[in-house]
Amino acid sequence: MSDYRIQGATGEWEVVIGLEVHAQVTSNAKLFSGASTAFGAEPNSQVSLVDAAMPGMLPVPNAECIRQAVRTGMAIEAQINKYSRFDRKNYFYADLPQGYQISQLYHPIVGEGQLLIEADEKHGIPEDKVIGIERIHVEQDAGKLMHDQHPTMSYVDLNRSGVALMEIVSRPDMRSPAEAGAYVRKLRSILRYVGSCDGNMEEGSMRADVNVSVRKAGEEFGTRTETKNVNSVRFVMQVIEYEANRQVDVLESGGTVDQETRLFDVATGTTRTMRSKEDAHDYRYFPDPDLLPLVLEDDFLEECRASLPELPDAKRVRYESELGLTPYNARELTHEVETFARFESLLEATTKATGKTDAQVATQVANWALSVAPGVIKSIGDEANVANATAERQASILAMQDKSEISGSQAKEIFEIVLKEGREPDEIADTEGLKQVSDTGAIEAAIDDILANNQDKVEQYKGGKDKLFGFFVGQTMKAMQGKANPAVVNQILKDKLA
Amino acid sequence: MSNELTNLGVKEIRDGVKAGEFTAREVAEAFNAAVAEAAELNAFIVTTPDAALEAADKTDAKRAAGEDLGAMGGVPIGMKDLFATHGVQTTAASHILEGFKPEYESTVSRNLWNAGAGMLGKLNLDQFAMGSSNETSYFGNVSSPWRKEGSNAAMSPGGSSGGSSSAVAARIAPAATGTDTGGSIRQPAAFTGICGIKPTYGRCSRWGVVAFASSLDQAGPMARSVEDCAIMLGAMAGFDPKDATSLKMDVPDWEAALSSDLTGKKVGIPTEYRMDGTDQAILDSWEQGKAWLKDAGAEIVDISLPHTKYALPAYYIIAPAEASSNLARYDGVRYGLRDLPEGAGLQDMYAETRAAGFGDEVKRRILIGTYVLSAGFYDAYYNQAQKVRALVARDYEEAFAKCDLILAPTTPTASFPLGSLNEDPLTMYLNDVFAVPASLAGLPAMSVPAGLNPDGLPLGLQLVGKAFDEQMVLNAGLAIQERAGFTHAPERWW
Repeated sequence: MSDYRIQGATGEWEVVIGLEVHAQVTSNAKLFSGASTAFGAEPNSQVSLVDAAMPGMLPVPNAECIRQAVRTGMAIEAQINKYSRFDRKNYFYADLPQGYQISQLYHPIVGEGQLLIEADEKHGIPEDKVIGIERIHVEQDAGKLMHDQHPTMSYVDLNRSGVALMEIVSRPDMRSPAEAGAYVRKLRSILRYVGSCDGNMEEGSMRADVNVSVRKAGEEFGTRTETKNVNSVRFVMQVIEYEANRQVDVLESGGTVDQETRLFDVATGTTRTMRSKEDAHDYRYFPDPDLLPLVLEDDFLEECRASLPELPDAKRVRYESELGLTPYNARELTHEVETFARFESLLEATTKATGKTDAQVATQVANWALSVAPGVIKSIGDEANVANATAERQASILAMQDKSEISGSQAKEIFEIVLKEGREPDEIADTEGLKQVSDTGAIEAAIDDILANNQDKVEQYKGGKDKLFGFFVGQTMKAMQGKANPAVVNQILKDKLA
Repeated sequence: MSNELTNLGVKEIRDGVKAGEFTAREVAEAFNAAVAEAAELNAFIVTTPDAALEAADKTDAKRAAGEDLGAMGGVPIGMKDLFATHGVQTTAASHILEGFKPEYESTVSRNLWNAGAGMLGKLNLDQFAMGSSNETSYFGNVSSPWRKEGSNAAMSPGGSSGGSSSAVAARIAPAATGTDTGGSIRQPAAFTGICGIKPTYGRCSRWGVVAFASSLDQAGPMARSVEDCAIMLGAMAGFDPKDATSLKMDVPDWEAALSSDLTGKKVGIPTEYRMDGTDQAILDSWEQGKAWLKDAGAEIVDISLPHTKYALPAYYIIAPAEASSNLARYDGVRYGLRDLPEGAGLQDMYAETRAAGFGDEVKRRILIGTYVLSAGFYDAYYNQAQKVRALVARDYEEAFAKCDLILAPTTPTASFPLGSLNEDPLTMYLNDVFAVPASLAGLPAMSVPAGLNPDGLPLGLQLVGKAFDEQMVLNAGLAIQERAGFTHAPERWW
């Protein structure tokens, strides 16, 4: 249970949150036309006759968009509806060429599902929590109005018109900004694993309508407001924070919360009324007569299921149980597609380079991937060319370290050179002298020298001053210019001082 | 010579060009001239004589090269102005699309050009195909070439494909495209003594056809013989991946399989079609039709279509509902009329543009459609109408367990004078009472001429077949055609 509460004058208030996330489906073509969906193109350069709603144009469903919605549904363990249908949502606006949006009101393609958000004590999520998902339906995006191109006119860009969106509707199961943030991050992660949405919130590929209400503990749900088009996790959390406090103020000063649609102002971090319930449109939904009901065949569903990758939760559990990683490392490595992909290719390269098993090198690889390598990259800033850091090169560094041929600090130095110059780690270790000396002869000679020159200390050590062992190690390493294998140095010193 | 050529139909022109009896160019020139002389009918919104000549020359060149001329090779036709034609004004007979020249060609018209047909021009129609008399066009009424005996009153050619019916009956086009949403091919065909078939829903692509009611709209040919309809429908039909409701079925060779021998076939007579207000002459021609089909070898059986009386009211909910949404795109933003008074905002632009652009009948139907889809009314109207539609379709399924074909009148009356019904929309809507049920069920249905009424006006008989069985409909149409011997032509007054 979240212990997030708004402290009002009349006591504590609980916040109830539901999210409708609009996710742009990854597909080369729009939902009902062949036009391209690439971001950032010249205005109106990616508009087909269908997108512009020319007379007599007809929508034809794009199978790839349907496939992506089904795969997404499967990834949240949802019911897939073999029969679904498209409905028209009718309203007039200049960015909506048809005068209606094709959506799915009555029979969505995906039904009940769920999503797990993980415990995160530090951020106020004391334990794992399952958030219900009511449905996913697919629909068309609208175009965009540009108001800054002309002193008195508005321009219309239809590039986005007709792009496929999935609307993912949660149950009102979240109780704190942190839970809502975790939900959006987890959903984004799943979408990116599945490859059904790039999750790019800055480019508008994902945006959320945030439904917020407040209530006293144990009471019925309060009246909710819906804040539209919130396009970052941070803003989602800000909206909830602001709305919850605003609603508590309204209620505690004797007012009532209006069921209304609100807008988030990024500059001030506040929300304001967009339209009230009285102004709500009557969308006159009805089944789109241009489209037949969507009936999914078993073969198609099987193909969708077979194409699903290992998902974040399963991967995280496997990293802990099979690879022996810490829960922290397992979680950090599985959040982002790029992170686990880098980790897994490095793991594979490292097993190859060392001849060891996944489990034997996984912890070393995880630490390298999560902390050592990012540290080096960060320390040299712009000089780092990360393209030089291939999995094979990093694996060969890790393999040398595994065989004690190089020390941890030498590994970092070698990696730094790899990043800057793209040279091979073996060659760097040799030519730059970045290798540990394990040659007992050389080390013995150095130690003999040091012991001979420090007879007094040898006597003191033998007399019981154990701490001096460190002094001898340090002197030896210094004499060896830091390249001696510490384990070998220790062993020889122990033998000689015995 | 040219008068003889304009008396020819599709098959005769195609075969004559192929045989070298005349050139396609001669045919096109003859019809271009006939079109030019018939401006008084107002059948065309724009004429395209050059397009007709260009297509004809192509056919003649192909013939010279020994190439296949196509199913419509050398046949110039009229194109209902609901079909988008590349570079040629396409208006749906509405001011809101005046001057609109599409950058694309509808699938049906493209199919026809590919089959060797040429375009005489764009035919007038009821605005957005909404009307039964061709009096709702922004570009003026169309007159039928027919007149009552002893009267000079201009008669309705029917609607919405009134330009098509008028042109084909007047022999200024050998054939024309029509579209049928609730009778818009069959009723005008019946009014003007020609044939017209609405195929099974989905046979002809709707891509590039200005939408009225998407779940009902279906294109079809209008011509003076059953054979001509069979040939032209074959050229128009076919699966189109650009229309999600298009039938993924091969197009049969209807022309080759034409046969008027109905031995072993059962023809159903729906008892519910004996309605009050039906002309005696219509009832007489229905009886005559039964006799003809019996003579062709068919057995006549009584059938029941119990939900017939609910079909028209259901149609006048479903069709306007779809239309209210389909016509939302005419908003002045991207193409067509834009009425933007000084200082006006977006809402003002919508209101002004649509008020000025749409005619009264179109506005009436948008209002009806908006109303029946509104919150609180949706279940009582739209949903209820959809249930009725399902029952009407089930009526046919049950009836077709007992028969192969249904014979009925096309319309309850013959044509009426222009201006006589347009003050009374309900009476006007009743024109389609016999035509609408087959539209709701998506079935193939055809009107063929049966004779003249005592006023000398044509009457049509309607044949309704099972889904996908256009052949049965055409065959029975041929049986009637052979026996009716309808050779009447309107006397030229234009």
